[in-house]
Amino acid sequence: MATKLQALRHEREPLVLGNPTIHDITVKIADIAESKPNMKFLLALGFSATLAAWGLGCILYTVFYGVGVWGLNNPIGWGWDITNFVFWVGIGHAGTLISAILFLFRQKWRTAINRSAEAMTIFAVINATMMVLSHTGRQWLFTWLLPAPMNQMNMWTNFRSPLEWDVFAVNTYLTVSLLFWFVGMVPDLATMRDYVKGKLARTLYGVFSLGWDGSMRRWHHYEMAYMILAGLSTPLVLSVHSVVSFDFTVGVLPGWHTTIFPPYFVAGAIFSGFAMVVTLLVILREILDLKEFITMKHLDNMNKVILATGMMVGYAYAMEFFIAQYSGNPYEGFVFINRATGDYAWAYWSMVLCNVISPQVFWFAGMRRSIPVMFIVSIFVNIGMWFERFTIISTSLHHDFLPASWGYYSPTWVEVSIFAGTFGIFLTLFLLFSKFIPVIAIAEVKGVLPNAQPAHHHADHADKH
Amino acid sequence: MKVTGVLGDFKDVNHTITAAQQVNEAGYREFDFFTPYPVHGLDKAMGVKRTILPYISFVGACAGLATALGLQWWTGAVDYKLNIGGKQLFAIQFSVPIDFELTVLLCALSTVAGLFHLCRIPTWWHPFQNDEGFKKATDDTFVLGIYATDDRFHVETVKTFMHQLGAANVRVCYDEPADATEVTATPSVVTA
Repeated sequence: MATKLQALRHEREPLVLGNPTIHDITVKIADIAESKPNMKFLLALGFSATLAAWGLGCILYTVFYGVGVWGLNNPIGWGWDITNFVFWVGIGHAGTLISAILFLFRQKWRTAINRSAEAMTIFAVINATMMVLSHTGRQWLFTWLLPAPMNQMNMWTNFRSPLEWDVFAVNTYLTVSLLFWFVGMVPDLATMRDYVKGKLARTLYGVFSLGWDGSMRRWHHYEMAYMILAGLSTPLVLSVHSVVSFDFTVGVLPGWHTTIFPPYFVAGAIFSGFAMVVTLLVILREILDLKEFITMKHLDNMNKVILATGMMVGYAYAMEFFIAQYSGNPYEGFVFINRATGDYAWAYWSMVLCNVISPQVFWFAGMRRSIPVMFIVSIFVNIGMWFERFTIISTSLHHDFLPASWGYYSPTWVEVSIFAGTFGIFLTLFLLFSKFIPVIAIAEVKGVLPNAQPAHHHADHADKH
Repeated sequence: MKVTGVLGDFKDVNHTITAAQQVNEAGYREFDFFTPYPVHGLDKAMGVKRTILPYISFVGACAGLATALGLQWWTGAVDYKLNIGGKQLFAIQFSVPIDFELTVLLCALSTVAGLFHLCRIPTWWHPFQNDEGFKKATDDTFVLGIYATDDRFHVETVKTFMHQLGAANVRVCYDEPADATEVTATPSVVTA
């Protein structure tokens, strides 16, 4: 093991293992859609679709009877609904980070994982949107969120409200992520169109590939469009969770009203998103046999990102405590003592254990390259990041300024079912995606193969440097 | 049955650059390379001018910013004055998040619309769609195509020229699906 790792440090690992030809890559990825779904796939799909249906049923139940069926009470007006919203938006961050920021930094290893990470982003943001819409009480009046004069007093929305900013931030994020995902997919859908045998499949891939032919004149525009979209998505990734954090920071509650929140939320979002990507990719590469594309190098790199962002999150936890005491504000100080020792101490310490302690194993290369270890740690991080949002929301709300109005909150079966249902929706969409859409960006992987680019081109570059 | 162009295959990416340069230098304008992935430097070798897409995106971004500022100012300070704690009816500071989001949104939408326009997609028809080998361009082959619409186009000259460039499987493409006799005729062109 040690000699193998030493060897790895000296030589840059290939991005795709097994030295496949360009044609091999087409066959390998396109065959996933061509082959008949196996029993394992159908069972998984059946399970997640049932879970999704149950969750959606519970959302309908909430719409019918009102949010009174949840466990929310007077001091605690936000519970699992907003926790889940922030949780899912956070998970949605890794996809765009991988596709946009790593693209601008010319990190070629992103090509094997960006498609599935972007898909994950979109499905997570769909869940988040659903959570936030379901908590509004009268869900059918969702148009009041939009700047359209259609509510009962012919008033406009209040653009000073961070909740209104959230409407814009999340919708922009969903739209731009969808555009980015789709534009990136067009050439691969064309490959599918020309590969599949069935007439229906060929027609459907044909419609969605928009008549793409691989023309170099089109590629020229396409590459520019992809770069602009990456450039736009980069600040967007950082802005979405900053705006989500404004929902809390603009309020006056101790524990929420702090300037550390935007960067702290963004780091946490990337942390949780990468953990979810690792969880899903470990399963995906096993089931679809994609080990030569999603290699140990990819997983190793993602685990490094988890370690780094985990440390940032840990730093933010410590700094929140320090500032609470340093500020001399008795309410702020109390909230943090209460967080670590009060009614919700179990949630706080679960969070610290999962988010700060568990990723520390990734200091060791052997651990970063062990599938069981990374799978367990990624699950821990997913749980920990959910607890982080729950801790922030519930501890600040349940003990506010007046001890007479203190309370405690536990979810009802409806809230638990809705949360479970969001996982069902997420997995159902992800399974359908992995079956019908090329899970690996075919054209991008072809472009980073050794000898895929003309030799003289590299010579040109060498001259310039 | 009309001729839509002549096609030739390249398997080695290094040959595409020199071939593109020679086609361009020979004065052809209506030609294209069809490649499974973007080949660095091929667009330049073909003499493709730099895309105007960034300007379209920039216009979109400006429109987004103007929309955001206008919307927040007009709705809150003109159409229905919204007094929030006695603060100014409109201020740049509070408008920043929505300014940013709408700028990004309209910029992204105009980029994609611009891309579709410049690439002339979506489209249902392609001059080379009746050629079976053309489908290999989305798989593993670099296909050079010279369209019949080019001023200098002449079937035999272009075929000879493509052979000189080192293209394999040089063939003529028609606007209707080839019938059985022409399919069997194709291999003889390869050996020629």
